[in-house]
Amino acid sequence: MKKYLFISVAALMMTGLLNAQSQYKAGDIASDFNLKNVKGEPVSLTDIKDADGFIVAFWCNTCPVVKKYDQRLQELHAKYAPKGYPVVAINANDPAVSPGDSYDRMKETAAKLNYKFEYLFDETQETARKYGATNTPHIYILSWKDGRLVVDYVGAIDNNADDATAADKKYAEDALNSILKGQAVAVAGTKAVGCSIKWKKS
Amino acid sequence: MKLFIAAIALLIFGLAPLPAQKIEKIGIPGLEKILASPEDQLYVVNFWATWCPPCVTELPYFEKLSKEYQGKGVKFILVSLDFPSQIDSKLIPFLKKNKITADVRLMTNLDYNSWIDKVDPGWQGNLPATLFFNNAEKTKYFHPSEVDEKELRDLITKYKQ
Repeated sequence: MKKYLFISVAALMMTGLLNAQSQYKAGDIASDFNLKNVKGEPVSLTDIKDADGFIVAFWCNTCPVVKKYDQRLQELHAKYAPKGYPVVAINANDPAVSPGDSYDRMKETAAKLNYKFEYLFDETQETARKYGATNTPHIYILSWKDGRLVVDYVGAIDNNADDATAADKKYAEDALNSILKGQAVAVAGTKAVGCSIKWKKS
Repeated sequence: MKLFIAAIALLIFGLAPLPAQKIEKIGIPGLEKILASPEDQLYVVNFWATWCPPCVTELPYFEKLSKEYQGKGVKFILVSLDFPSQIDSKLIPFLKKNKITADVRLMTNLDYNSWIDKVDPGWQGNLPATLFFNNAEKTKYFHPSEVDEKELRDLITKYKQ
């Protein structure tokens, strides 16, 4: 009996651990962070003025799927930053594994593509781990509610990585439009296919 | 002269690139058909793309073992998630360059969320990922990350029972 009890407790603890590492989902409270942007300034979400929420995008310089979505992320920022939801892009790839994702290369990418949104470096990968980001691109839409960041949507930007004009489910836009109308987000979670985040080799 | 022509012909044909790999395009019905395969053999279905570096690293192991296990009760299918707009520019040149002769199918349905759970509900969409199954034996194992050659060999041995 004792043995079974021990196994059950161990199993429960394991479940707890797994949950701690799993991905944020709609309704969860997201952590703020303090990460360096491409100008060398530390940025936290609390510091970003005139925002009712954020489109946090796990991003990088190298992934071909990110490149496919580059224009679309810029369009999301142009459309929704004035409505209170700016894009905040985060590169968490370890440059030792993916040299093209170094901080210097981030600066080059942001300059070359004329990013109007913050592009932050998650050097310790702590933010990506907390959020449970697995891929790039991987989108988290957050809203300020009573001083806390509530997760409204997690997943892909839309349903056609190859061709924006062929996408007929615009998950991120639909979620943002619902949020702005004060309505519930119909599809609050999708799976984002992309390049796996390049974790540090321990 | 005849010899000369023969030599030229040999040179031309010898140097000619491998015949173009025929790639079967599949959508959700094609994927479902693979997943429902009733044969009593182990299916090893690898999801990959040329744009995914760890996929490219592990692909040769699948190619190698698909040859080794030919006719030995293991069927390999390499499902590519390459962009349909890049078949001729990326996918086919990649297969030629790396001499991949295994069964490659191109998944043309990019609405990933409409089919990803059919492969495995635990799949978060990261590549590579490999599904091992034998429907006759009711065995199924989903491996949501890359493998090295030994891991792949061990997994095949384990699930081939």
